[in-house]
Amino acid sequence: MAENKEAIQSDKPRIGVFVCHCGSNIGGFVDVPTVAEYAKTLPDVVYANDNLYTCAEDGLSSIREAIRKHNLNRVIVASCTPRTHAPLFQATCESAGLNKYLFTFVNIREHCSWVHMKEKDKATVKAKDLIRMGVSRARLLVPQEEVRVDVESTALVVGGGVSGMSAALSMADMGFPVHLVERDGELGGFVKLLNNLYVTDKGAEETIVPLIKKVNEHKNITVYTNSMLKSVEGFIGNYEVAIGHKGAEDKKIKVGTIIVATGALEYVPEGLYGYNQFPNVVTLTEFEILCKKKTLPKLKSVAFVQCAGSRGQKLSYCSRICCNVAIKNAINIVDNYENMLGLAEKQGTVVDKIPVEKKATDEILERRRRRRGRGTEGESDAEEVKLGPSEKIEVTVFNRDVMAYGVEHELNYNKAREKRVKFVRYTTENLPKVFMEDNQLKVTYFHETLKLERTMPVDMVILSTPLVAQPDAGDLSKLLKVPLGQEGFFLEAHVKLRPVDFATDGIYVCGTCKGPADISECAIQGAAAASRAAIPMAKGYVQAEALTSVVDETKCTGCGTCIAVCPYGALRKNDKGLVEAIAAACKGCGACGATCPEGAITMTNYTDAQLLAEARAALDEEV
Amino acid sequence: MSSDAHNHQKAGADHGFEPKIIVFCCNWCSYAGADLAGVSRLQMPPHFRVIRVMCSARVDPEFVLRAFERGADGILVAGCHPADCHYIGGNYRTRRRIALLKMLIQQFGYDTDRLQLEWISAGEGEKFQKTMTEFTNTINELGPSPIRGGE
Repeated sequence: MAENKEAIQSDKPRIGVFVCHCGSNIGGFVDVPTVAEYAKTLPDVVYANDNLYTCAEDGLSSIREAIRKHNLNRVIVASCTPRTHAPLFQATCESAGLNKYLFTFVNIREHCSWVHMKEKDKATVKAKDLIRMGVSRARLLVPQEEVRVDVESTALVVGGGVSGMSAALSMADMGFPVHLVERDGELGGFVKLLNNLYVTDKGAEETIVPLIKKVNEHKNITVYTNSMLKSVEGFIGNYEVAIGHKGAEDKKIKVGTIIVATGALEYVPEGLYGYNQFPNVVTLTEFEILCKKKTLPKLKSVAFVQCAGSRGQKLSYCSRICCNVAIKNAINIVDNYENMLGLAEKQGTVVDKIPVEKKATDEILERRRRRRGRGTEGESDAEEVKLGPSEKIEVTVFNRDVMAYGVEHELNYNKAREKRVKFVRYTTENLPKVFMEDNQLKVTYFHETLKLERTMPVDMVILSTPLVAQPDAGDLSKLLKVPLGQEGFFLEAHVKLRPVDFATDGIYVCGTCKGPADISECAIQGAAAASRAAIPMAKGYVQAEALTSVVDETKCTGCGTCIAVCPYGALRKNDKGLVEAIAAACKGCGACGATCPEGAITMTNYTDAQLLAEARAALDEEV
Repeated sequence: MSSDAHNHQKAGADHGFEPKIIVFCCNWCSYAGADLAGVSRLQMPPHFRVIRVMCSARVDPEFVLRAFERGADGILVAGCHPADCHYIGGNYRTRRRIALLKMLIQQFGYDTDRLQLEWISAGEGEKFQKTMTEFTNTINELGPSPIRGGE
């Protein structure tokens, strides 16, 4: 059967052109019937038609019918954008027995009718040109076979925080063996540092410890602590990775998929709002650690400063979670500070003030310095005595605007205001100033309603600083050959349609390593990445899109320039010293093709000849 | 160049000059940016023809030179912003390649403004519109390419 099909498809081209009105979206601004008539005059076009909606069932069946009736071996649809509709029309071609690589998409809506709405004549000329370009390309298409690659049903997760553990557990529960690599001495990630977690009243420890236990005890999960990913070779389904453990030999394992969940760090607001200048100026995370360890000073007035370092001050983006975290802490101070202080008194950990150097937060200092291992914590298990809300501590949150997104957080925001937490706005023209006067910490701010400068004494300033990308994310990005965005966070394939995939097949991303997110979001992303990774592992194979580089050995001189430019390691030298392409590793960018000085490399389905023919057809009246 | 350009514009207007412009768009950023311009109904001059490539780094210097040879008045290559490339760093290669190509076309007697590189992301429909409008204006001012009887 395949032979027969190939025979038909490699015969002289018999092209069918289907021009879509898209209701009035195209038909209203381009003379579609004229365009379809013009298509009939082009070489090798044996059939052309116009449909009201080509993507509707009657449009699709007209394509199938025409393929059979007119023996078409190339199909062109001139309608919207291939980015959304190519798979639909390709599937239609396949259902009529036509190889999907013999389909050509011509975009006459987004690139024509919608952007030239006041020039119908010129838009019609352009639509004709675009179809002529499509025909010139279609004539040169050849059927392609998609390479089938076996997939090893084992996963690697890099990073043992909430995201990584959530991903590992999801996959392990599905029955896939998972290797979980964590560079710290224990699992838990950023959350291990925190005091309590918002929305629920539970402590961070209470939430994270059962998760860690579950991961450690799961029969399908192998945990590697104090370990780093050393090398990665291969492609989807067939990765050879080496895991380095300090003081031990590298362990080599074979995995089919990789999930990146390396998390983020807190921004250190050096030089902002008296940080590292005055005592009792701490970051949000440092404050959480102080609360957790009950190393607390007595307080009467606390000021939060939101957006410390973010949204244009030092970093451009909004860290998205800090409003909610600050509100949580504000409520915690009002409701709970007296209780926590009581416990601190019992423990004997009440401090006079939090010093400038070394804010009693060894963990975060360690985290920042990226040391491995950490000391044990003396955690008190004494019951907290509930005394009810404190009237004694005044909390002020200086903010540019509060973004308490979502149902729960908005309710929390209201709750904070009911508890008399003051929210005071500032603008970027008038930032609050933190200074020391007569041995008293003070904040000066511009009251936007009164248009007056005010000064208030405070006992503690808590800076809501953004999450920042891991400083060594670039190393992992190079190792895995996946991109970072401008802020240093990992960049997903598509922010909406493929939020936990990398463009590279077989590698996925979740959690704060791809941008600020809170714990529930990280858990969701972890589970999402796991289910994406499970698809090829459950199937046991993938089909690589036939869009890969092809080396003409008769032209190749073995200079190796292409190997140097390939971002995926998809080219290598063979025994003859000439270059060969590894189809499964190739992503089809074509950088090698443009680089080859001998013109020995081209891309399947985007050949030099096809692209040149398109350019020629755009410029000449003939195909 | 500016007074020359002015003359060309006049010449162009007199002869009903319809510039032929080829735009190579990378699939992931610029093509999607062009799609967004369409979805947003941003109006622009109708003289450009888009050719889709997977990455701006796919644009072989030969494609550019052949297109000029065949009478293109202007060629625009559009790719992802620096550090945003779908293929990690293809756009950096494109940047170097276009810089060299500009020197090359100058030696063939072409104004370097006839070849342009732009970074247009998937979210920058407006930038696509602005780029197309400005580039078309530039080419209108330069007039027909040397191979089509211009200078």
